[in-house]
Parts: sequence; C-alpha cells; structure tokens
Amino acid sequence: MPWSPTEDSNRRMLRARDAMDRDFARPLDVASLAALACVAESTFIRSFRATFGETPHRYLQRRRIERAMHLLRTTDTTVTDVCMACGFSSLGTFSRTFHAIVGSSPSEFRGQGAPPDVPTCFVRAWTRPSSFGEAPAASVP
Amino acid sequence: MFNTISRSQLYVLDQDAALAFYRDTLGMQVAADVDLGFMRWLTVCVPGDPAHEILLEKPGPPSMDEHTATQVRELLTKGAAGGSLFLTTDDARATFETLRARGVEMTDEPTERPYGIDFGARDPFGNAIRIGQMFSTGS
Repeated sequence: MPWSPTEDSNRRMLRARDAMDRDFARPLDVASLAALACVAESTFIRSFRATFGETPHRYLQRRRIERAMHLLRTTDTTVTDVCMACGFSSLGTFSRTFHAIVGSSPSEFRGQGAPPDVPTCFVRAWTRPSSFGEAPAASVP
Repeated sequence: MFNTISRSQLYVLDQDAALAFYRDTLGMQVAADVDLGFMRWLTVCVPGDPAHEILLEKPGPPSMDEHTATQVRELLTKGAAGGSLFLTTDDARATFETLRARGVEMTDEPTERPYGIDFGARDPFGNAIRIGQMFSTGS
C-alpha cells in the first residue's frame, strides 16, 4: 500500500525536525529545512505547524532551552557559555527567554541538580518546555 | 514472577520495507516470517540473541478499524507512535559510521552521556532507534 499524502508529508517534516534537533545551535535555516523536507520554502512553516502543532521557530526555541536546562543541570559551564552553546547570540535574550519559559533564571535553575540517567531521547522529549498551553509562550520574546 | 521480555512490537507501514531495513541495513536476523493467513508474523532479533524478538506489525483491519489504522500510520510517520528501539553495541562510533555509510537516517551523532556513548537514528517509518555503548549493564 503506498503511503498517503499525509503520511509522506509527516515523514518529511519529521526529517526536518530531526535536523533541527541535531543542529539546534545553528540559526533557523528555513530554506535548507524546506529542501530537506522536499517542500517549497513558502509552505514549509505551514506544513510543519500542521504536523507538529507549533512553528519551526517555536520548536527550535524549546529545543534550545531544553539543551540549556540540561547543560545548566549537568555541567559547570558558565551561563554565558551555555547561552552561546545553545545558539543564542545575546545573553540578555537568552536570560529573558529562559525566564519566560522556565519561570526562573538560568542561575536559579542550575540549583536543581542533575536529572536521572535515562536514555537521552526521553530526557530531551520530556524536559523540553511545553508549547501547548502550560508554558507562558505568549510572553516569550 | 517474570523471566524476561521476550517480544516487543513496532508498527511499520510496509513489512517488506521493514524487512529490508531491519535485516539488510541494520543487520538484524529474521526470527520468524510466517503468513498466518490473518496476518504476517514478522519478527527480527539481534544475531545471537534469539530470546528477544521484535514484531514488525502493520496496523490495519481486523486488528483495528481503518480509521484507527490511519491515525496510527499518521502518528507513526510524525514520530509520535511511541515505538522506540534501544540497541547496544561494543563501539558506538564505529557502528554509527557503518550505519551512516549504509544510508541510515541519523538523528544525532555519538555523544558521551553519563550512562555511555549513544546516538540516534530513525527507521524508514518514523520509529526512533537509540544505539548505545553502555558503561555498565542495566541502564
């Protein structure tokens, strides 16, 4: 049985989302992601949102904050270096975004200690700040 | 009370394509490939580990109605069907290079974690596969 158009589109969008997960520190490159997903640049954002319920920008932002949360809890890396490692070019933007999504400053959050050692894909998925109503997404810059 | 987890299950969209991926690309071994009439019972296992089989099941009637099967297929292809496979290896970096050369879709590169060195991949349908060189057993 051939794949339905929705299944085919889903799988291509998943490929693009995996690329965002992998290259989270790089600037959002809609043209490259659209090419990876084999869709026109003009339709990529709409298709991504239809598939995953959020825009690529919002997804990448959550991914970066999740990585920042992880680094803060598991390393002694300075907040500035965490900011840079997660793709933010400005410490002010990073701190404001982090506080808006997580509800505490990066330094305050660091005090929570390391998470348990379970497979990374689950930590990544379940510690990512929510985009579906629980988090104050509207206040994120 | 229990001895082991003998079989687990992943949904796939096409069992021939699944066989090509899990056997020919990943190097797993077919444990069973039987036409039961009502379904094709297709399981694979890691060579040398026949006690742990993975059923590669195609969603559809009569196991579930067509509408539900459509939902499962759509969830699967967006990586949300819940299917995950965790494999271990003696050398994560070498395995990564081998699989990448075979055209496997990688989701991240080998990275050292508290529990070992691991990386991620996807099967052709959207199932997540995590492959780890564990520092100790039982993680």
